[in-house]
Amino acid sequence: MTPLRVSIIGSIAAVIMLGLIFELIRRRHLRERYALVWVVTGLVLLTLAIWREGLNTLAGWAGVKTYPPSIFFAAILFFMLVLVLHFSIVLSRLSDQNVTLAQKLALLESRVREREQAENSTGG
Amino acid sequence: MERRAPAAAPLPRRLVIVPAFNEQDSVGGVIEEIRRFDTKLEIIVVDDGSDDRTAEVARAHGVHVVSLPFNLGIGAAVQTGFRYALANGFDLAVQIDADGQHVPSELPKLFAPLEAGEADLVIGSRFAGERAFRSSFTRRIGIRLFALTVSAIARRRLTDTTSGFRAVSRRGIVLFAADYPHDYPEVEATVMIVKHRLRLKEVPVRMRERTSGRSSITALRSFYYITKVLLALFVELFRSRKAPQEDA
Repeated sequence: MTPLRVSIIGSIAAVIMLGLIFELIRRRHLRERYALVWVVTGLVLLTLAIWREGLNTLAGWAGVKTYPPSIFFAAILFFMLVLVLHFSIVLSRLSDQNVTLAQKLALLESRVREREQAENSTGG
Repeated sequence: MERRAPAAAPLPRRLVIVPAFNEQDSVGGVIEEIRRFDTKLEIIVVDDGSDDRTAEVARAHGVHVVSLPFNLGIGAAVQTGFRYALANGFDLAVQIDADGQHVPSELPKLFAPLEAGEADLVIGSRFAGERAFRSSFTRRIGIRLFALTVSAIARRRLTDTTSGFRAVSRRGIVLFAADYPHDYPEVEATVMIVKHRLRLKEVPVRMRERTSGRSSITALRSFYYITKVLLALFVELFRSRKAPQEDA
């Protein structure tokens, strides 16, 4: 069972994190679609901090016999990997959109320039 | 024909796309050489975010110049040309590098199969003919490897899939304007043509040693280049994309 003091400190940390996430969404620094995953993370951490038998129970389900917290580290690591992958996907999409924008801007700019030159040369 | 008013005059059919990144010393010569070969060809220089006077020099020669706001890489630069060709109703587009290694007098060899309706992509090959082309050892290995791979995919013998001296039909323009590979585009673009069941043809052409600048592919980058392109080709095989249709 998680020691009481660890449980209290963990709960406080989780609540602070949830508050921070809420504040970031409120100030529009974090989009809701990306914020959702962080809210869920905060809630999971809070649950594990409050539910003092939780880690042992989950480890028992997963068949971890020697060191229950390892289930926690494994879950965190997996979560981080998925998150980084998600960021790579977002980054790829943004960079594709950036390329398209730059191309369209350059094409438009050249059209405007050529049209202005044509107008000037015809005295219009 | 009034070049500055493409909407009023009947549209010219052929577009020369010249991607240029920091080529102020050679781009003017390339434009003049194309003009000497055929005065009716429309030329678009895509300035890929150059730091030098590439765009000014090109503009002074009276061609269309599209200046990308920052360097996007050769693939996106060439695609900008295809987008221009698509929007302005060109029937075929040819790519000529701004460093002077492609010879405009060889253009008819690229145009002929397109205008005869025999192909949608015509690649000017340095190796298909009898003339030897000097290149570094690593580059030759890479070029050979790609040629073998793409030949296997296309089920026919190809010799030079990395050549940037290439021309496409209207159908090719439509495809590449919508989707063109980015970093090292030539090999992947060749496979795209095959996968979309468009027709591919390779013709032997003469090429020059570059007059200025260096190949973007140094020995150090070769390994990354080869790995990246092979991976892209592998993925491409499992991609089932419908060729984009032109809006009526």
